[in-house]
Amino acid sequence: MSWFKRKTKGITTTTEEKKDTPKGLWYKSPTGKIIDTEELEKNFYVSPEDGYHVRIGSKEYFEILFDDNKFKELDGKLESKDPLKFEDTKKYPDRLKAAQDKTKLKDAVRTAVGKSKGKDIVIACMDFSFIGGSMGSVVGEKIARAADYALKKKIPFVIISKSGGARMMEAALSLMQLAKTSVKLAQLSDAQIPYISLCTDPTTGGTTASFAMLGDINISEPGALIGFAGPRVVRDTTGQELPEGFQTAEFLLEHGFLDFISHRKDLKNKINQYIDLITNQPLRV
Amino acid sequence: MEYLDFELPIKELQEQLEKCQVIGKESDVDVTETCKKIEKKLVETKKNIYKNLTAWQRVQLSRHPNRPYTLDHIRAICGDTFLELHGDRNVKDDKAMIGGLGKIGDQSYMFIGQQKGYNTKTRQYRNFGMSNPEGYRKALRLMKSAEKFGIPVVTLIDTPGAYPGLEAEERGQGEAIARNILEMTRLKVPIICVIIGEGASGGALGIGVGDRVLMLENTWYSVISPESCSSILWRSWEYKEQAAEALKLTAPDMKKLKLVDDIIKEPLGGAHTDRETTFATVRDAIVKSYDELKNLSPKDLVNQRMDKYAQMGVYKG
Repeated sequence: MSWFKRKTKGITTTTEEKKDTPKGLWYKSPTGKIIDTEELEKNFYVSPEDGYHVRIGSKEYFEILFDDNKFKELDGKLESKDPLKFEDTKKYPDRLKAAQDKTKLKDAVRTAVGKSKGKDIVIACMDFSFIGGSMGSVVGEKIARAADYALKKKIPFVIISKSGGARMMEAALSLMQLAKTSVKLAQLSDAQIPYISLCTDPTTGGTTASFAMLGDINISEPGALIGFAGPRVVRDTTGQELPEGFQTAEFLLEHGFLDFISHRKDLKNKINQYIDLITNQPLRV
Repeated sequence: MEYLDFELPIKELQEQLEKCQVIGKESDVDVTETCKKIEKKLVETKKNIYKNLTAWQRVQLSRHPNRPYTLDHIRAICGDTFLELHGDRNVKDDKAMIGGLGKIGDQSYMFIGQQKGYNTKTRQYRNFGMSNPEGYRKALRLMKSAEKFGIPVVTLIDTPGAYPGLEAEERGQGEAIARNILEMTRLKVPIICVIIGEGASGGALGIGVGDRVLMLENTWYSVISPESCSSILWRSWEYKEQAAEALKLTAPDMKKLKLVDDIIKEPLGGAHTDRETTFATVRDAIVKSYDELKNLSPKDLVNQRMDKYAQMGVYKG
């Protein structure tokens, strides 16, 4: 007689219930390193053993970059409409609703102004969790208004990109957001207001073909995927095997499209150091 | 002439007409009446077919193998005055993006556009109208040169997209397009953009920011091709017709959304059925647009252009 014989047949325990620890206590990095989530948070959401930069959103970046996590959110009420009555396997408004319920966000970018190392800064930060950080009318408009704010008050501007590209459900309207955001960056540039583009994992498609590559400096975090066409598309189109590290931040740095790569814990210092240097101000400690 | 699937009734009538004419020539039978009848039916059939084109059919027309391409337009419009210019002064000369100076009347223009091939060999040579970063940088070099001498820029857009290749990524496809978009928003000379075929996403917008953006009647312009949209959102290549409808990518839709300024009418049956008329209409549209823009100061021109793009988008709250 076997030791473990099932008395009842057809027992199906869902995977969820099989876990013996409550969800969210531990984080496992892609290389298999395990870390306590509280520790992870203290370490700027970077796995300490292998330096893996976990994908985070606007909430976390604001916490990292604004002093004492204090900031004023701009245009927090803007929401997407459905101008094209777009429907694929789902209706666009249903997708929006589902994304809003899941993420508690209004759309794929949040913009805010606050102090960083004691001086004002305007930050637009994308949220990948909201329909893949896709850029539609709302993302374009919020970035445009944030840039306007920076322009009017002469405050340095940072965009943290994290996006799969333009939002298909707004078709050409989302394509034109590339032009719209570029208009504002051109105005900032003409007014000599520093614009820093931080490309985080992943930055692809329409964001790369607009504001993500247009910074006075373009910077990134270790290992971030950055590219115009996604790796799958490149492989499928060319039939070529992609080299190791293709389209990583390190690859872009090597090919001349990034100014530097920064560990997340140093981001705040480095961004402000650049601002002080380029505006010829004394360096803040 | 090649026919698309929905054009087959036209093909049949065309063949009947030709046969009828041959009989008339080779025999003594008077076929004038019969030929006239067929001709009349042909015109009616064409009208019916082209009046009710679906979005997908327009996409097919925009890719028609006999459709006039960028250099066809330029050579017809400028004749001998066209002088092609090459190279990005950096890596190489991109054959998928052409450019050069030419005259319409007394006025010089800088023409820039994607170029497709007309047979297998030239299609490969032109990389199917898909530019690499050096193509966009060549375009920008020519635009800057035009700006320096106060020459208006005309871009002719016809691309299935920017080339998604390994080397393209290495040399910064995204950066090249982004740079062009930004610089075009503030270029101090008039920019007139004409979509003459396919307007696929960033690859099109990379030479597509202008004071006047015009679309030929049977072209498309969107953020993604209907095929790719189908494969991503429906996870199958089979829904391209639905995707084409959903994307609102036709000239009338784009005009309604105020994302393009005007539509250029094509001859009945599409641009390829009467190329000369097409060239003349495109030339007139360019001249008309330039006349509207030429007296604006550079500052007003740029401000108007920036305001136009700043207003694009639909949102609430």
